[in-house]
Amino acid sequence: MRRDIYQAIADPTRRAILTLIAVQAMTPNMIADNFESSRQAVSKHIQILHECELISQENVGREIYYQLNIDKMKELDKWLEQFRRIWENRFEQLDNLLSTIKTKKK
Amino acid sequence: MKHNLINDFAVDKANNTITITREFAAELPLVWDAFTKSELLDQWWAPKPWKAKTKSQSFTEGGQWLYAMTGPEGEEHWSFANYQTIHNHDYYTAKDGFCDSNGTINKDMPQSDWHMSFKSNGETTTVTTQLKFQSLNQLEMTIQMGFKEGYSAASDNLVVLLEEWKK
Repeated sequence: MRRDIYQAIADPTRRAILTLIAVQAMTPNMIADNFESSRQAVSKHIQILHECELISQENVGREIYYQLNIDKMKELDKWLEQFRRIWENRFEQLDNLLSTIKTKKK
Repeated sequence: MKHNLINDFAVDKANNTITITREFAAELPLVWDAFTKSELLDQWWAPKPWKAKTKSQSFTEGGQWLYAMTGPEGEEHWSFANYQTIHNHDYYTAKDGFCDSNGTINKDMPQSDWHMSFKSNGETTTVTTQLKFQSLNQLEMTIQMGFKEGYSAASDNLVVLLEEWKK
């Protein structure tokens, strides 16, 4: 199954995990403490986020810490920026059209 | 007055909704016509170098706008907007998606809900476009399908293209 960042952020628990570790790197146990769901369920969410490269691991002593992978998050923003430019272009054309029509009417 | 920028582009990633607010330097009835009459839509709806070409339009509740985005190499991507609710000179809603030239919906491709509202400021008009996708993944597909030639071209090409369109 192909995993991508959109799937990853489609789930509310995963979005919450991303928000949590955006502030500071956390161990799986620290993350799980913030949720009602089982440690196993949270661990599965962490695994998906890791597979999507939205978060990365760092070993500190015997503990694994997860941190946010900012570059990957930017991928989504890149798409949104392109979408924004399409609409800007579209609306600029509408500006021109409106101004042409108004001139003709005079 | 400078009017060539989007005043607000808000992305709600949790609700897969994008809201675009834009002011236009024309009175409301004309702006309304530009958004709802196909002979005007054809002149601005497609981002350069694409052109929109309407096959049929019925701007009524339950009616449809069937059109193609045609590319410089003669490529055609067919799209539809099914109008749901229309309050004249106030707002309209529609469901939008991709289809073939007969209007047969391509169910594998994303669909989105539009809510377009119009507010008069006297000589100018503010239009708020709200687009709701089933997921933001679909947004990526929408961009690829609507404005990029095929799926193979690298997204970097699109960035270059978009830069050119901006000029």
